[in-house]
Amino acid sequence: MPILALQSVSKSFGALKVADAVSFDLSQGEALGIIGPNGAGKSTLFNLITGNIAADAGAVHFAGTDVTRTPPMARCLAGIGRTFQIPQPFEKLTVFENLLVAAAFGSRKREADVTDRCAGILVETGLLDRANQPAGSLGLLQRKRLELARALATDPKVLLLDEIAGGLTEGECEALVATIRAVHQRGTSIVWIEHVLHALNAVVGRLLVLNFGKVIGVGEPDEIMASREVCEIYLGIEV
Amino acid sequence: MDASHTPWRVETRTNASRAFAMAAAIVVVLGLVAPLFISRGLLRDLFFILTMLTLAQSWNLLAGYAGLVSVGQQAFVGFGAYAMFACVILLGLDPLVSILIAGIAAALLAIPTGFFAFRLQGAYFAIGTWVIAEVVRLLLAQWKALGGGTGTSLPSGTTRDMFGVKAVGDLFGMRAAQAADVVCYWLALALAVATIGFVYRLLRSRQGLALAAVRDNQEAARSVGVDARRVKTYVYLATAFITGLTGALIYVQKARISPDAAFSVIDWTAYVIFIVVIGGIGTIEGPIVGVIVFLLLQNMLADYGSWYLLVLGLIGIAIMLFAPRGLWGLFTERTGIQFFPVRRALRGGPTRIATKGAPHG
Repeated sequence: MPILALQSVSKSFGALKVADAVSFDLSQGEALGIIGPNGAGKSTLFNLITGNIAADAGAVHFAGTDVTRTPPMARCLAGIGRTFQIPQPFEKLTVFENLLVAAAFGSRKREADVTDRCAGILVETGLLDRANQPAGSLGLLQRKRLELARALATDPKVLLLDEIAGGLTEGECEALVATIRAVHQRGTSIVWIEHVLHALNAVVGRLLVLNFGKVIGVGEPDEIMASREVCEIYLGIEV
Repeated sequence: MDASHTPWRVETRTNASRAFAMAAAIVVVLGLVAPLFISRGLLRDLFFILTMLTLAQSWNLLAGYAGLVSVGQQAFVGFGAYAMFACVILLGLDPLVSILIAGIAAALLAIPTGFFAFRLQGAYFAIGTWVIAEVVRLLLAQWKALGGGTGTSLPSGTTRDMFGVKAVGDLFGMRAAQAADVVCYWLALALAVATIGFVYRLLRSRQGLALAAVRDNQEAARSVGVDARRVKTYVYLATAFITGLTGALIYVQKARISPDAAFSVIDWTAYVIFIVVIGGIGTIEGPIVGVIVFLLLQNMLADYGSWYLLVLGLIGIAIMLFAPRGLWGLFTERTGIQFFPVRRALRGGPTRIATKGAPHG
């Protein structure tokens, strides 16, 4: 049984179809990459999975349960963790407190019981030295790390990463990929939207290509990148 | 693991907060014994200040922490006051019991008003709460048994026969009217201390963390499993309860009620907002500073009639423009001192962690 399954999920904003009968399965422990040009509906797809946007048609199943009409809060509790493409930290809370909220509420535990786990995630994501500073004082790169750290703090079964490697230098990107690989190796399933293909290919086993809200290909990364349709979409984009 | 590794722990208290806790305990004890040493006029001033402080703390929790900027809290002041009058006049209950019932009545009123107001966002919420307060005022003005639009008074002797008044009078050799003032003052002191204690406990609890997250970013809070609506509803009901209690207590002391006075947006909301804004919204210290400034201004400008309101307004605008975090915000930005720290600092582990940081806003 797949951990996450989308069946013909559709969503329109007025005349604009941002998700057009999107279907895919994610197996337990799998890492799936999602690529596609800007405006292809990638982030919208995440919002449909997390419940931040309600689907017009189709169904989202998570761990065998239909969650199509479930609010975001309950989907988080069920085990869907996400990062935002534009980081959304709790600015006046400290970095540590950002994780504390996510850990205490995302996994329904008392604060005292999640302190160690939050500290561990801060170490793993390299944010420990900023632990007691307000999240609003962080730069973009650290905000992206905080997005990852906060999503991990909810103890997700499926982790949705939205362009988490964008704008990073080569070294920073490598460190981030190593962290995500470690998370994946511990058994967390991952769906990762990314333009930085070499980072993506270091983690994911399959790629899904999205264009104008439609899935135009799913498969092995090499296979996908060799297909004519994908090359046409990515013409002019370095592969 | 590093040899210098210590277990992780979370610290909230600071040296300043420990010192302040001591000082606050002394102030509260002084406040308790004050009626033995000060005049009745001053006691009534202190009573007024304590009730305003309670209203300010409760509005601050609502607007500063839950982001629910209500300009209709007079609905609960007035409704609590009327509920108390009804209990005393129509049911013949003791004023003390009536105050408690009034608090519960105000919280019950908050269920239907919240149902409507929570459908509105931001400025619409503010206007909506005001409209609701006006509706409640107009409804209660129809209540002929409580004097309709002109209002009514508590039966003479009500406060003198109030629970505890005789004991206080006998103990200190006071006349009944004076003893009643003392009992009201103690109730106001207890209510103010309990409210501050409640707000502080709430902010340091798990729910307080959720509240801060919702305040900073509601969308993200929902995505990490926080039930934003539930937290806000809880705060809305709790502040209605506190505001209702305070309204009832104020009107036990006043002993005369009318719809226009009990539902006055100036007295019970505009002044309260002024106190919170000049003191510093989103901090517990802010309303305390604000109420002291308010008292000083009121005394200084008492002889200038309507100029008083004009000056209050100008000061409010100036503070909003030049010190949006209020007087306490200015102080704490420079010194980093917090008397009611809510920040959870991570300590321990293999490395030293920087401890400095800006206070909660």
